[in-house]
Amino acid sequence: MGIFVVAISLTTPLTEEVVRELRAGDEVTITGIVWGLRDATLIHWHDKGNEFPADLSNGVLLHTQPNVKRVGERWEPTCVGTTTSQRMDRFTRPLLERLGVRAILGKGGMSGESAAAMAEHGCVYLAVVGGAAAVETLQIEEIEAVYWEHLMPECLWRFRVRQLAPLFVAIDTHGKNLHEEVQARARENVARLTAGT
Amino acid sequence: MIESVDEEFYGVLEDAAREAYVMSLKDIPPDVRVALKAAVENESEPRAAQIMRTMLEAVELGDRGMMVCQDTGIPIYWLRIGTGAYVDGGRLRDVIEKGVRRATLETPFRSSIVHPTQRLNRQDSTGEGVPLLHFDFAAGADYLEFLMMPKGSGSENWSFLKMLLPADGEPGIRKFILDSVAAAAGKACPPLVVGVGLGGTSDQCVALAKEATSRPIGQRHPDPKVAAFEVDMVRQINQLGIGPQGLGGDTTALDVHIERAWTHNSMNPVAVNMQCWRGERRSARIHYSDHRIEWGYSW
Repeated sequence: MGIFVVAISLTTPLTEEVVRELRAGDEVTITGIVWGLRDATLIHWHDKGNEFPADLSNGVLLHTQPNVKRVGERWEPTCVGTTTSQRMDRFTRPLLERLGVRAILGKGGMSGESAAAMAEHGCVYLAVVGGAAAVETLQIEEIEAVYWEHLMPECLWRFRVRQLAPLFVAIDTHGKNLHEEVQARARENVARLTAGT
Repeated sequence: MIESVDEEFYGVLEDAAREAYVMSLKDIPPDVRVALKAAVENESEPRAAQIMRTMLEAVELGDRGMMVCQDTGIPIYWLRIGTGAYVDGGRLRDVIEKGVRRATLETPFRSSIVHPTQRLNRQDSTGEGVPLLHFDFAAGADYLEFLMMPKGSGSENWSFLKMLLPADGEPGIRKFILDSVAAAAGKACPPLVVGVGLGGTSDQCVALAKEATSRPIGQRHPDPKVAAFEVDMVRQINQLGIGPQGLGGDTTALDVHIERAWTHNSMNPVAVNMQCWRGERRSARIHYSDHRIEWGYSW
Protein backbone atom coordinates (compact mmCIF):
# COMPACT_ATOMS: atom_id res chain seq x y z
CA MET A 1 0.00 0.00 0.00
CA GLY A 2 1.39 3.44 -0.92
CA ILE A 3 4.96 4.13 -1.82
CA PHE A 4 7.54 2.25 0.19
CA VAL A 5 10.14 4.69 1.50
CA VAL A 6 13.24 3.47 3.28
CA ALA A 7 13.94 5.61 6.32
CA ILE A 8 17.52 6.69 7.05
CA SER A 9 18.69 5.20 10.36
CA LEU A 10 20.54 7.69 12.53
CA THR A 11 22.41 6.85 15.71
CA THR A 12 23.50 9.41 18.29
CA PRO A 13 25.82 11.22 18.68
CA LEU A 14 25.10 12.89 15.34
CA THR A 15 27.94 14.58 13.50
CA GLU A 16 27.62 17.84 11.60
CA GLU A 17 28.56 15.98 8.37
CA VAL A 18 25.69 13.50 8.72
CA VAL A 19 23.21 16.25 9.54
CA ARG A 20 24.25 18.37 6.55
CA GLU A 21 23.61 15.46 4.21
CA LEU A 22 19.93 15.26 5.17
CA ARG A 23 17.33 16.84 2.89
CA ALA A 24 13.90 18.20 3.73
CA GLY A 25 11.35 15.43 3.14
CA ASP A 26 13.74 12.61 4.12
CA GLU A 27 12.33 10.13 6.57
CA VAL A 28 14.68 9.16 9.40
CA THR A 29 14.74 7.11 12.61
CA ILE A 30 16.84 7.87 15.67
CA THR A 31 18.45 5.44 18.06
CA GLY A 32 20.42 6.59 21.08
CA ILE A 33 20.11 9.54 23.45
CA VAL A 34 17.44 12.19 23.12
CA TRP A 35 17.01 15.08 25.58
CA GLY A 36 13.43 16.04 26.49
CA LEU A 37 12.69 19.66 27.36
CA ARG A 38 10.27 22.50 26.64
CA ASP A 39 9.00 25.91 27.80
CA ALA A 40 9.79 25.91 31.53
CA THR A 41 13.03 23.95 31.05
CA LEU A 42 14.37 26.47 28.56
CA ILE A 43 13.16 29.50 30.54
CA HIS A 44 15.02 28.03 33.53
CA TRP A 45 18.10 27.42 31.39
CA HIS A 46 17.97 31.05 30.31
CA ASP A 47 17.52 32.28 33.91
CA LYS A 48 20.43 30.10 35.07
CA GLY A 49 22.81 31.86 32.70
CA ASN A 50 22.45 29.22 29.96
CA GLU A 51 23.78 26.36 32.04
CA PHE A 52 22.30 22.86 31.95
CA PRO A 53 23.07 20.39 34.76
CA ALA A 54 24.18 17.87 32.09
CA ASP A 55 26.23 17.92 28.90
CA LEU A 56 23.94 18.43 25.92
CA SER A 57 26.65 19.33 23.41
CA ASN A 58 26.01 17.94 19.91
CA GLY A 59 22.81 16.52 21.34
CA VAL A 60 19.37 15.71 19.99
CA LEU A 61 16.48 17.59 21.65
CA LEU A 62 12.81 16.63 21.84
CA HIS A 63 10.08 19.15 22.69
CA THR A 64 8.13 17.23 25.32
CA GLN A 65 6.73 17.09 28.83
CA PRO A 66 6.10 13.43 29.52
CA ASN A 67 3.71 11.47 31.70
CA VAL A 68 5.82 9.34 34.02
CA LYS A 69 5.41 6.96 36.93
CA ARG A 70 7.73 6.64 39.90
CA VAL A 71 8.94 3.07 40.32
CA GLY A 72 11.40 2.79 43.21
CA GLU A 73 14.24 5.19 42.47
CA ARG A 74 13.39 5.48 38.80
CA TRP A 75 10.94 7.21 36.53
CA GLU A 76 9.14 5.06 33.99
CA PRO A 77 7.49 6.56 30.92
CA THR A 78 3.71 6.13 30.71
CA CYS A 79 3.11 8.55 27.86
CA VAL A 80 5.79 10.59 26.14
CA GLY A 81 4.74 12.74 23.23
CA THR A 82 5.71 15.86 21.38
CA THR A 83 4.61 19.44 21.87
CA THR A 84 4.30 22.42 19.52
CA SER A 85 7.82 23.71 18.78
CA GLN A 86 6.91 27.27 17.83
CA ARG A 87 6.83 28.27 21.52
CA MET A 88 10.54 27.38 21.80
CA ASP A 89 11.69 29.31 18.70
CA ARG A 90 13.47 32.01 20.69
CA PHE A 91 15.84 29.46 22.22
CA THR A 92 17.01 27.84 18.96
CA ARG A 93 19.90 30.18 18.19
CA PRO A 94 21.38 30.28 21.72
CA LEU A 95 21.11 26.47 21.99
CA LEU A 96 22.87 25.98 18.69
CA GLU A 97 25.54 28.60 19.38
CA ARG A 98 26.39 27.29 22.83
CA LEU A 99 25.86 23.55 22.48
CA GLY A 100 26.04 22.69 18.80
CA VAL A 101 22.72 20.87 19.02
CA ARG A 102 22.40 18.65 15.90
CA ALA A 103 18.69 17.89 15.77
CA ILE A 104 15.52 19.30 17.30
CA LEU A 105 12.45 17.04 17.31
CA GLY A 106 9.05 18.62 17.62
CA LYS A 107 5.75 19.25 15.92
CA GLY A 108 4.18 22.06 13.92
CA GLY A 109 7.41 23.52 12.59
CA MET A 110 9.82 26.30 13.55
CA SER A 111 10.37 29.85 12.29
CA GLY A 112 12.57 31.15 9.50
CA GLU A 113 14.89 32.53 12.16
CA SER A 114 15.30 29.07 13.69
CA ALA A 115 15.88 27.63 10.21
CA ALA A 116 18.58 30.24 9.54
CA ALA A 117 20.36 29.33 12.79
CA MET A 118 20.11 25.64 11.85
CA ALA A 119 21.65 26.19 8.41
CA GLU A 120 24.45 28.20 9.96
CA HIS A 121 25.32 25.79 12.77
CA GLY A 122 24.46 22.42 11.18
CA CYS A 123 21.21 21.25 12.77
CA VAL A 124 17.96 19.79 11.41
CA TYR A 125 14.37 20.00 12.59
CA LEU A 126 12.62 16.64 12.60
CA ALA A 127 8.81 16.49 12.64
CA VAL A 128 7.25 13.91 14.92
CA VAL A 129 3.62 12.85 14.41
CA GLY A 130 1.98 15.01 17.07
CA GLY A 131 -0.71 13.43 19.20
CA ALA A 132 0.49 9.90 18.46
CA ALA A 133 2.41 9.75 21.72
CA ALA A 134 1.46 6.13 22.39
CA VAL A 135 3.58 5.09 19.40
CA GLU A 136 6.49 7.26 20.56
CA THR A 137 6.31 5.95 24.14
CA LEU A 138 6.95 2.36 23.04
CA GLN A 139 10.14 3.53 21.30
CA ILE A 140 11.58 4.86 24.55
CA GLU A 141 13.72 2.20 26.16
CA GLU A 142 14.51 4.03 29.34
CA ILE A 143 14.51 7.33 31.17
CA GLU A 144 18.20 7.40 32.03
CA ALA A 145 18.21 10.58 34.09
CA VAL A 146 16.02 13.48 35.18
CA TYR A 147 17.32 16.94 36.06
CA TRP A 148 15.48 19.92 37.55
CA GLU A 149 12.72 17.76 39.05
CA HIS A 150 11.20 20.86 40.68
CA LEU A 151 9.96 21.78 37.18
CA MET A 152 7.94 18.52 36.95
CA PRO A 153 6.80 17.60 34.37
CA GLU A 154 8.86 20.19 32.43
CA CYS A 155 12.17 18.78 33.69
CA LEU A 156 15.23 18.00 31.61
CA TRP A 157 14.86 14.35 30.62
CA ARG A 158 17.52 12.02 29.27
CA PHE A 159 15.78 9.34 27.19
CA ARG A 160 17.37 6.32 25.56
CA VAL A 161 15.36 5.61 22.42
CA ARG A 162 15.32 2.81 19.89
CA GLN A 163 14.20 3.48 16.31
CA LEU A 164 12.24 6.62 17.16
CA ALA A 165 9.97 6.93 14.12
CA PRO A 166 8.46 8.11 11.91
CA LEU A 167 10.45 11.36 11.78
CA PHE A 168 10.48 13.69 8.78
CA VAL A 169 13.21 16.22 8.04
CA ALA A 170 11.17 19.45 7.96
CA ILE A 171 14.05 21.96 8.16
CA ASP A 172 17.36 21.02 6.56
CA THR A 173 20.67 22.90 6.46
CA HIS A 174 20.10 23.93 2.82
CA GLY A 175 17.39 26.53 3.41
CA LYS A 176 14.31 24.32 3.09
CA ASN A 177 11.55 24.71 5.68
CA LEU A 178 8.59 22.45 4.85
CA HIS A 179 6.11 23.84 7.39
CA GLU A 180 6.77 27.42 6.26
CA GLU A 181 6.39 26.47 2.60
CA VAL A 182 3.10 24.69 3.28
CA GLN A 183 1.83 27.66 5.30
CA ALA A 184 2.84 30.19 2.65
CA ARG A 185 0.97 28.15 0.04
CA ALA A 186 -2.06 27.91 2.36
CA ARG A 187 -2.13 31.71 2.66
CA GLU A 188 -1.99 32.05 -1.14
CA ASN A 189 -4.87 29.60 -1.36
CA VAL A 190 -6.91 31.66 1.11
CA ALA A 191 -6.29 34.74 -1.07
CA ARG A 192 -7.38 32.81 -4.15
CA LEU A 193 -10.51 31.39 -2.50
CA THR A 194 -11.61 34.76 -1.13
CA ALA A 195 -10.67 36.91 -4.13
CA GLY A 196 -13.37 39.42 -5.05
CA THR A 197 -15.26 39.06 -1.78
CA MET B 1 -39.75 9.20 40.38
CA ILE B 2 -37.80 10.29 43.42
CA GLU B 3 -37.94 13.68 45.12
CA SER B 4 -34.28 14.12 45.77
CA VAL B 5 -31.08 12.25 44.83
CA ASP B 6 -29.48 10.29 47.68
CA GLU B 7 -26.02 10.75 49.11
CA GLU B 8 -24.60 7.91 47.03
CA PHE B 9 -25.44 9.82 43.83
CA TYR B 10 -22.66 12.35 44.47
CA GLY B 11 -20.14 9.52 44.83
CA VAL B 12 -21.31 7.99 41.56
CA LEU B 13 -20.93 11.39 39.87
CA GLU B 14 -17.42 11.78 41.27
CA ASP B 15 -16.44 8.35 39.96
CA ALA B 16 -17.99 9.12 36.57
CA ALA B 17 -16.15 12.46 36.35
CA ARG B 18 -12.91 10.62 37.12
CA GLU B 19 -13.61 7.78 34.70
CA ALA B 20 -14.62 10.13 31.86
CA TYR B 21 -11.33 12.04 32.13
CA VAL B 22 -9.23 8.87 32.05
CA MET B 23 -11.25 7.26 29.25
CA SER B 24 -11.19 10.41 27.11
CA LEU B 25 -7.38 10.20 27.02
CA LYS B 26 -7.36 6.56 25.91
CA ASP B 27 -10.51 5.86 23.95
CA ILE B 28 -10.80 7.94 20.76
CA PRO B 29 -14.43 8.53 19.69
CA PRO B 30 -15.81 6.25 16.93
CA ASP B 31 -16.66 9.15 14.59
CA VAL B 32 -13.02 10.28 14.69
CA ARG B 33 -11.79 6.78 13.81
CA VAL B 34 -14.18 6.52 10.87
CA ALA B 35 -13.15 9.98 9.60
CA LEU B 36 -9.42 9.24 9.90
CA LYS B 37 -9.73 5.92 8.09
CA ALA B 38 -11.71 7.54 5.28
CA ALA B 39 -9.12 10.33 5.07
CA VAL B 40 -6.27 7.81 4.68
CA GLU B 41 -8.14 6.24 1.75
CA ASN B 42 -8.85 9.59 0.07
CA GLU B 43 -5.46 11.22 0.66
CA SER B 44 -3.37 11.77 -2.47
CA GLU B 45 -0.15 12.67 -0.61
CA PRO B 46 1.70 9.48 0.51
CA ARG B 47 3.42 11.18 3.45
CA ALA B 48 0.09 12.59 4.68
CA ALA B 49 -1.45 9.10 4.51
CA GLN B 50 1.53 7.66 6.37
CA ILE B 51 1.15 10.27 9.14
CA MET B 52 -2.54 9.42 9.54
CA ARG B 53 -1.76 5.70 9.64
CA THR B 54 0.62 6.45 12.53
CA MET B 55 -2.25 8.31 14.23
CA LEU B 56 -4.49 5.26 13.80
CA GLU B 57 -1.73 3.10 15.27
CA ALA B 58 -1.75 5.34 18.35
CA VAL B 59 -5.55 5.00 18.54
CA GLU B 60 -5.16 1.21 18.62
CA LEU B 61 -2.57 1.47 21.40
CA GLY B 62 -5.16 3.55 23.28
CA ASP B 63 -7.55 0.61 23.01
CA ARG B 64 -4.89 -1.48 24.73
CA GLY B 65 -4.85 0.91 27.68
CA MET B 66 -2.23 3.49 26.74
CA MET B 67 -2.84 7.22 26.67
CA VAL B 68 -2.94 8.27 23.03
CA CYS B 69 -1.40 11.74 23.48
CA GLN B 70 0.77 13.08 26.27
CA ASP B 71 -1.32 16.23 26.64
CA THR B 72 -3.80 15.71 29.46
CA GLY B 73 -5.38 19.06 28.65
CA ILE B 74 -7.55 21.45 30.60
CA PRO B 75 -10.51 19.41 31.89
CA ILE B 76 -13.85 20.86 30.73
CA TYR B 77 -17.27 19.53 31.76
CA TRP B 78 -20.57 20.64 30.29
CA LEU B 79 -23.32 19.60 32.70
CA ARG B 80 -27.05 19.28 32.14
CA ILE B 81 -28.91 18.84 35.37
CA GLY B 82 -32.28 17.18 35.03
CA THR B 83 -34.86 18.95 37.18
CA GLY B 84 -36.92 15.76 37.76
CA ALA B 85 -35.39 15.44 41.22
CA TYR B 86 -33.57 17.76 43.60
CA VAL B 87 -29.80 17.90 43.16
CA ASP B 88 -27.66 20.12 45.40
CA GLY B 89 -25.99 22.30 42.75
CA GLY B 90 -23.77 23.84 45.39
CA ARG B 91 -21.89 20.55 45.75
CA LEU B 92 -21.29 19.83 42.08
CA ARG B 93 -18.06 21.80 41.65
CA ASP B 94 -16.45 20.05 44.58
CA VAL B 95 -17.61 16.61 43.39
CA ILE B 96 -16.30 17.04 39.83
CA GLU B 97 -13.04 18.55 41.09
CA LYS B 98 -12.46 15.50 43.29
CA GLY B 99 -13.03 13.27 40.27
CA VAL B 100 -10.45 15.24 38.29
CA ARG B 101 -7.92 15.09 41.11
CA ARG B 102 -8.38 11.33 41.52
CA ALA B 103 -8.07 10.70 37.77
CA THR B 104 -4.73 12.51 37.79
CA LEU B 105 -3.23 10.97 40.93
CA GLU B 106 -4.63 7.44 40.65
CA THR B 107 -3.87 6.78 36.97
CA PRO B 108 -1.36 8.55 37.33
CA PHE B 109 -0.98 11.10 34.57
CA ARG B 110 0.63 14.48 34.28
CA SER B 111 -1.02 17.63 35.58
CA SER B 112 -0.81 20.35 32.96
CA ILE B 113 -2.51 23.07 35.03
CA VAL B 114 -0.48 26.01 36.36
CA HIS B 115 -0.99 29.43 37.96
CA PRO B 116 -1.19 31.90 35.05
CA THR B 117 1.79 34.04 36.07
CA GLN B 118 3.67 32.11 38.79
CA ARG B 119 3.38 28.89 36.72
CA LEU B 120 2.93 26.85 39.90
CA ASN B 121 1.56 23.30 39.29
CA ARG B 122 -0.50 21.60 42.05
CA GLN B 123 0.12 18.29 40.23
CA ASP B 124 -3.57 17.33 40.35
CA SER B 125 -4.98 19.01 37.20
CA THR B 126 -6.92 21.55 39.25
CA GLY B 127 -6.52 25.21 40.06
CA GLU B 128 -8.58 28.38 40.30
CA GLY B 129 -11.36 27.98 37.71
CA VAL B 130 -10.11 24.52 36.66
CA PRO B 131 -11.85 22.18 35.95
CA LEU B 132 -13.94 24.45 33.77
CA LEU B 133 -17.64 23.76 34.38
CA HIS B 134 -20.65 24.83 32.32
CA PHE B 135 -24.08 24.33 33.92
CA ASP B 136 -27.37 23.92 32.15
CA PHE B 137 -30.68 22.25 32.94
CA ALA B 138 -32.94 19.64 31.35
CA ALA B 139 -36.52 20.37 32.35
CA GLY B 140 -38.17 17.43 34.07
CA ALA B 141 -35.40 14.92 33.22
CA ASP B 142 -34.60 12.29 35.86
CA TYR B 143 -30.89 12.19 35.16
CA LEU B 144 -27.80 14.37 35.15
CA GLU B 145 -25.59 14.22 32.09
CA PHE B 146 -22.24 15.67 31.25
CA LEU B 147 -19.86 15.94 28.33
CA MET B 148 -16.17 15.95 29.20
CA MET B 149 -13.33 17.26 27.07
CA PRO B 150 -9.61 17.32 28.06
CA LYS B 151 -8.68 20.32 25.92
CA GLY B 152 -5.11 20.18 24.68
CA SER B 153 -2.96 23.27 24.40
CA GLY B 154 -1.64 22.59 20.90
CA SER B 155 -5.02 23.33 19.38
CA GLU B 156 -6.30 25.71 22.08
CA ASN B 157 -3.35 28.08 21.55
CA TRP B 158 -4.85 28.75 18.11
CA SER B 159 -8.10 30.36 19.17
CA PHE B 160 -9.48 33.39 17.39
CA LEU B 161 -12.15 36.04 17.89
CA LYS B 162 -12.99 38.87 15.57
CA MET B 163 -15.70 41.44 15.97
CA LEU B 164 -16.54 41.73 12.28
CA LEU B 165 -18.81 44.47 10.97
CA PRO B 166 -22.34 43.76 9.79
CA ALA B 167 -21.26 44.91 6.31
CA ASP B 168 -18.56 42.19 6.28
CA GLY B 169 -21.41 39.68 6.01
CA GLU B 170 -20.90 36.02 5.20
CA PRO B 171 -17.81 36.60 3.00
CA GLY B 172 -16.10 38.19 6.00
CA ILE B 173 -16.95 35.19 8.17
CA ARG B 174 -15.68 32.80 5.53
CA LYS B 175 -12.38 34.68 5.14
CA PHE B 176 -11.85 34.87 8.89
CA ILE B 177 -12.29 31.09 9.27
CA LEU B 178 -9.82 30.38 6.43
CA ASP B 179 -7.33 32.95 7.78
CA SER B 180 -7.50 31.33 11.22
CA VAL B 181 -6.85 27.83 9.89
CA ALA B 182 -3.96 29.11 7.76
CA ALA B 183 -2.47 30.95 10.75
CA ALA B 184 -2.57 27.78 12.86
CA ALA B 185 -1.32 25.58 9.99
CA GLY B 186 0.47 22.53 11.42
CA LYS B 187 0.70 23.89 14.94
CA ALA B 188 -2.84 22.98 16.03
CA CYS B 189 -2.22 19.28 15.23
CA PRO B 190 -4.30 18.79 12.06
CA PRO B 191 -6.41 17.17 10.70
CA LEU B 192 -8.70 19.38 12.78
CA VAL B 193 -12.26 19.73 13.84
CA VAL B 194 -12.83 23.45 13.35
CA GLY B 195 -15.41 24.95 15.69
CA VAL B 196 -17.02 28.23 14.71
CA GLY B 197 -19.11 30.51 16.91
CA LEU B 198 -21.37 33.02 15.22
CA GLY B 199 -23.14 35.89 16.98
CA GLY B 200 -23.81 36.50 20.66
CA THR B 201 -21.52 38.66 22.78
CA SER B 202 -17.75 38.25 22.46
CA ASP B 203 -17.46 35.71 25.30
CA GLN B 204 -20.58 33.85 24.21
CA CYS B 205 -19.24 33.65 20.66
CA VAL B 206 -15.96 32.06 21.85
CA ALA B 207 -17.85 29.59 24.07
CA LEU B 208 -20.04 28.59 21.12
CA ALA B 209 -16.96 27.91 19.00
CA LYS B 210 -15.56 25.63 21.70
CA GLU B 211 -18.88 23.83 22.13
CA ALA B 212 -19.03 23.36 18.35
CA THR B 213 -15.82 21.29 18.45
CA SER B 214 -17.54 18.75 20.72
CA ARG B 215 -20.14 17.77 18.12
CA PRO B 216 -19.40 14.38 16.47
CA ILE B 217 -17.78 14.48 13.04
CA GLY B 218 -20.36 14.24 10.27
CA GLN B 219 -23.23 15.52 12.40
CA ARG B 220 -24.67 18.63 10.75
CA HIS B 221 -26.27 21.74 12.22
CA PRO B 222 -30.10 21.40 12.28
CA ASP B 223 -30.56 24.52 10.16
CA PRO B 224 -30.00 23.37 6.53
CA LYS B 225 -28.40 26.71 5.56
CA VAL B 226 -25.85 26.46 8.36
CA ALA B 227 -25.31 22.78 7.52
CA ALA B 228 -24.57 23.69 3.90
CA PHE B 229 -22.15 26.39 5.05
CA GLU B 230 -20.35 23.82 7.25
CA VAL B 231 -19.95 21.42 4.34
CA ASP B 232 -18.69 24.19 2.10
CA MET B 233 -16.14 25.33 4.68
CA VAL B 234 -14.74 21.78 5.03
CA ARG B 235 -14.29 21.69 1.26
CA GLN B 236 -12.52 25.06 1.21
CA ILE B 237 -10.28 24.34 4.21
CA ASN B 238 -9.19 21.11 2.57
CA GLN B 239 -8.13 23.09 -0.49
CA LEU B 240 -5.54 24.99 1.57
CA GLY B 241 -3.04 22.10 1.33
CA ILE B 242 -1.92 22.25 4.98
CA GLY B 243 -2.46 18.53 5.53
CA PRO B 244 -1.86 16.33 8.58
CA GLN B 245 0.69 17.96 10.92
CA GLY B 246 1.13 20.85 8.46
CA LEU B 247 3.40 18.86 6.16
CA GLY B 248 1.07 19.12 3.15
CA GLY B 249 -1.87 17.08 1.91
CA ASP B 250 -5.58 17.07 1.23
CA THR B 251 -6.69 16.44 4.81
CA THR B 252 -6.59 19.61 6.91
CA ALA B 253 -10.04 19.45 8.53
CA LEU B 254 -12.08 16.36 9.36
CA ASP B 255 -15.09 18.61 9.87
CA VAL B 256 -16.35 22.13 10.54
CA HIS B 257 -19.09 22.71 13.11
CA ILE B 258 -20.93 25.97 13.61
CA GLU B 259 -22.95 27.04 16.63
CA ARG B 260 -24.78 30.34 16.72
CA ALA B 261 -26.65 32.84 18.83
CA TRP B 262 -28.48 35.99 17.81
CA THR B 263 -26.45 39.13 18.24
CA HIS B 264 -26.70 42.92 18.43
CA ASN B 265 -27.76 44.61 15.20
CA SER B 266 -24.48 46.54 15.04
CA MET B 267 -22.33 43.44 15.66
CA ASN B 268 -21.11 40.45 13.65
CA PRO B 269 -18.80 38.45 15.96
CA VAL B 270 -17.13 35.26 14.79
CA ALA B 271 -14.89 32.94 16.81
CA VAL B 272 -12.79 29.96 15.74
CA ASN B 273 -11.71 27.18 18.09
CA MET B 274 -9.72 24.18 16.94
CA GLN B 275 -9.76 20.60 18.13
CA CYS B 276 -6.76 18.43 17.31
CA TRP B 277 -7.14 15.20 15.31
CA ARG B 278 -7.99 13.02 18.33
CA GLY B 279 -11.23 14.87 19.11
CA GLU B 280 -11.12 13.58 22.69
CA ARG B 281 -14.41 13.60 24.63
CA ARG B 282 -16.65 11.34 26.70
CA SER B 283 -20.19 11.74 27.92
CA ALA B 284 -22.16 10.13 30.72
CA ARG B 285 -25.83 10.16 31.69
CA ILE B 286 -26.42 9.21 35.31
CA HIS B 287 -29.96 8.24 36.23
CA TYR B 288 -31.24 9.60 39.53
CA SER B 289 -33.23 6.55 40.64
CA ASP B 290 -30.83 3.63 40.13
CA HIS B 291 -27.54 5.52 39.41
CA ARG B 292 -27.24 3.65 36.13
CA ILE B 293 -24.69 5.30 33.81
CA GLU B 294 -25.05 5.46 30.04
CA TRP B 295 -21.66 6.17 28.54
CA GLY B 296 -21.27 7.93 25.22
CA TYR B 297 -19.20 10.37 23.22
CA SER B 298 -21.70 13.18 22.74
CA TRP B 299 -25.19 14.32 23.62
